[in-house]
Order: sequence, then structure tokens, then C-alpha cells
Amino acid sequence: MTHPGNRTDDTACKGPFMETDISLNHVTFAYRQQPILEDVSLTVPKKEFACVVGPNGGGKTTLLKLILGLIQPDDGQIRVLGSTPEKARNRMGYMPQYAHLDMNFPATVLDVVLMGRLKKTAFWFSAKDRSQAMSAIDTVGMTPFAHVGFNTLSGGQKQRVLIARALCSRPDILLLDEPTANVDHETEENLFSILKDLNREMTILVVSHDLGFVSKYVKTVICVNRLLVIHPTTVMDGTMIKDIYYGDLKMVRHDHRCSQEGHCHD
Amino acid sequence: MIEFFQAVLDPDNRFLVYALGMGGLASIAFGIIGTFVTIKRISYLAGAISHSVFGGIGLALYLQVGQGITWFDPILGAVLAAVIAAVAVGLVSIHAKEREDTIIGTLWAVGMACGILFIDKTPGYFSLSSYLFGDILLISQKDLLFVIGLDLVIVGVVVLFFNQFFGVCFDTEFALLRGINTTFFYLFLLVLTALTVVLLVRIVGIVLVIALLTIPPAIAGFYARRLWEMMLYSVLLCAAFTWAGLGISYQMSLSSGPTIIVLCGITYLVLMALNRVVLKLRHGSF
Repeated sequence: MTHPGNRTDDTACKGPFMETDISLNHVTFAYRQQPILEDVSLTVPKKEFACVVGPNGGGKTTLLKLILGLIQPDDGQIRVLGSTPEKARNRMGYMPQYAHLDMNFPATVLDVVLMGRLKKTAFWFSAKDRSQAMSAIDTVGMTPFAHVGFNTLSGGQKQRVLIARALCSRPDILLLDEPTANVDHETEENLFSILKDLNREMTILVVSHDLGFVSKYVKTVICVNRLLVIHPTTVMDGTMIKDIYYGDLKMVRHDHRCSQEGHCHD
Repeated sequence: MIEFFQAVLDPDNRFLVYALGMGGLASIAFGIIGTFVTIKRISYLAGAISHSVFGGIGLALYLQVGQGITWFDPILGAVLAAVIAAVAVGLVSIHAKEREDTIIGTLWAVGMACGILFIDKTPGYFSLSSYLFGDILLISQKDLLFVIGLDLVIVGVVVLFFNQFFGVCFDTEFALLRGINTTFFYLFLLVLTALTVVLLVRIVGIVLVIALLTIPPAIAGFYARRLWEMMLYSVLLCAAFTWAGLGISYQMSLSSGPTIIVLCGITYLVLMALNRVVLKLRHGSF
């Protein structure tokens, strides 16, 4: 049985000198007396590619917001890149759920991506900012659309632009909230292969509400439903998406090393 | 229409030149701030601010006429009330979350009611309609200077902090993560909105402010691809509407504020309908 915080066994097999990028130590967060996360401990080593899964309202986005320092834990400590989340913010790239953005906002793809180059101290964007933004746009394969209106793009294209925006500050950690919501299977594969390439240079944490994305790409699956459980994908048998989606979903359920109440995949 | 141009050229009709100048200059502030109000979807906040302005005007009249404090003129009362209301409304919208609507609606009504109570207690008779619906024909040289000053401030601030405002309007959370003080810029935007609203009150009055602040940007939004384009189109549209509205109201002996608003509204509705038709034709579903 693996309990929250039992992470040491897993990290040991990946090498004893793993650097830690993100660590949560007995973190609790409640919203209006309603517990969202309870006594959550998590260690994310450098160059990790983890997928956070769990039901809606299970606390996945809360977990990301805690790591970004957008909200404060009621209890416990969070360390990111050796300091507090607030101080580590400019070394993290964040892609929010795209549903909360105004899709009629007058902006080109380049305008949106340049937001990733915003700085506290600068008034205007420099030529370097522009070239970094263009190279981020190139990374996600959107160069032909750089000067096209953001609101004319398809869902999958918008997601890619938002990934580029998260990328163009050259972060050490990339946090993505539902990057594959409302996109077709092909686009999803496409996005994950981009992320897989990026993973060579940075730690990636992807939130998803369904297990379909626990694909061949990610190294670890983090289940969040008030409590938190970690599954290394190497331990799972079938690593094909289909297997997990249709067949192995049951396997994950029964093979589940989580005994505490409150965690279920129904 | 020729009569109107002749009237403008007549040196006895100075007020018409002032009115046209005011309309054109004010359009710069309206177009820019109106664009922010529209894309940030805070027209409800702008409405609350504009109605609170009436409280400030009432207080100023009471102090000036009723209590003999002569330096406290209505424009000072309006500016003070607008800035206080902007900060209050901004803080409410950041912190109150689900109660936001109710609190802002209350500020809106109470601000207005206070104004009327103050005026009740002020000796003499005041025509409320010029405050409520505007009277661009009463514009003075002082008002023109005020507009030029505000235009300079708004253009300067927006040119300097364009990217910060863009970030705060498009995705506040992301801007915060990039180290931008989003609360400051949001409140700053509301204060600029408040000052613009005070200006608007002279032209179209408290009740019609929101229309002139949001309709030109809404039309500009049909055609603009980028934020600065939307601002430019809004400024031009706003100037066109005020000038055309003034001409029509002069010609037909109508109130200038409502004429401007009706012109804006009809243009917006017609263009929206046209756009729908064009979209449907393009997708072949007609």
C-alpha cells in the first residue's frame, strides 16, 4: 500500500541524486470550511512529466494554484525551486484553463504570446521579447498564424498558443491546466508530443480530468480527490492510451494503492 | 444641415464651436477608456460610478450654495465622488466575489439618492435635467481645458502601460504571475474611468453615460483585430456620433445627449443585424 507521502520508494528507483523542483509537505486547503485538499504531500523531481488526474472538484486546479502561490495553504509548507511559490513564479510557465478567457478579445496570436514576456520593470516589449515569443510560437507549430486574430483560431490552436505563452519566459517548470479540453484525439497526440520534447528541458505537470491522457508520454500519474496518491506509470502494465481508457481503467481502480476514504474513480 | 454649418461659423454662436470641440476632444478619452470598460466587461461598475457622481454634485451644490463654501464647485464634488466610488467599487469587485452585484447595485442607488437629498436641502431651484441627460451647449472654456488635461493623462498612461493594461484585461491571473501588480492597475483603470465619466456627464448626462462609453467600442469590436485598433476606431466613432448628434439635435431642436445616444444605439443594432446576415450568407445557411 502506498500512502500519500510514501514517495521515497518511487524516487529511489529513479536515482538517489534527483533534484526536487516542487515539494508539498502536509498541505491542507479548505474553501469555506469545505476541505479541498487534506494533508497532501508530494515531491516532484526535476525533469518529471506528471499528470494530475481526478474528478471535477477533486482539487486538481487548487493544487496548481497552490504551487503557483495564487492561493495560500491553510496548513503545511510548499517549496518550489528551493524557495517560496511567490518567489519562484517567474521561473514557472502557466497555462490556465482556456474557458475563463474572453474569446472575443481583440488580439493577435503574437499579442497573446507576448504576455508571457511581461515584466514588472519594463514598459514596452523589446526586440528580444519579440524574438523569444516568435520562437515559442514556432515550438508549438503556430508560426503561420502569428499575426492572425486569436479569436479566429480553433480550440486546439488556442491551446497551443497558450502553451507558447507559458513557454516564452523560458520556465524551469511548466504547469498546464486541462491543455487537451475540447480538442480532438489527433490534436491531443500532437500537443503531448510537443510536451514530450519540452520535457527534455523542463519539469512538466499537466492537469486533466480524465484518465485518457495518462498516455505513453507521462512518467507519473498523480491522483487527486481531496487526498493525493501517486502512481508511477512504469508500474502499470498497459501503457497504451486505449488500454487505460477502456480496459486498464479498471486495473487502475483495483490495483489502486489508496485505501483512504474519499478517493475513488467513480 | 447647411444651416448648422452656417450657425457654427457665426461668431455669435461660440457655444456651438465649444460643443463641437468638446465632443471631439472628449472622444479621445471616451474611445480609449470605453474600450477597456467593454473588453474588461465593467460597464456595470462604470454605471455605479456615474450615478455616484450625482451624490458628489449634490454635496457640492449643498456646500457651495447652502453653506457658502464657494470654492467647492460641482465639478470638484463630481471628481471626488467619482474617484471614491471607483476605488470602493473596485475593491468590492475584487473581494466580494458573489455579493458583487448586490453591493455595487446598492452603491449605485445610494449615490444617486444622496445627491437628490442634498439638493432638497439646498436653497433655490436647480434644473436636474442637465446633470441627468447632459447639456453640451453649456460647455465653457474651463471644461475644454479639463478635457485636454484628461486626454493628455489618459494617452500618456495608456502608451506607457499598454502591456500591463492588456495583461490585466485579458488574463489577470497570468499577469499577476508575471509580476504585474494587477490590483493597482485595475484600480488605476477604474479611477481613469471615473474621471472620464465626470467628463461624459457634461455631454450626455449621468443616465446616458454608459451608452456613450460602451457603444462605440462595441461597434469597433466588430472590426478591430488588435486592442489599439479597437481604441482608434472607438475614438473616431465616438467623435462622429457626437458631431452628427449635435448637428441633428440643433437642426431638429432636440436635446443633444439623447440624440447622440439614439444615433449610437441605432447604428450598433443595425450593424449587428447586418453582421449576422453576412455571417449566415457566408456559411450558406440562408
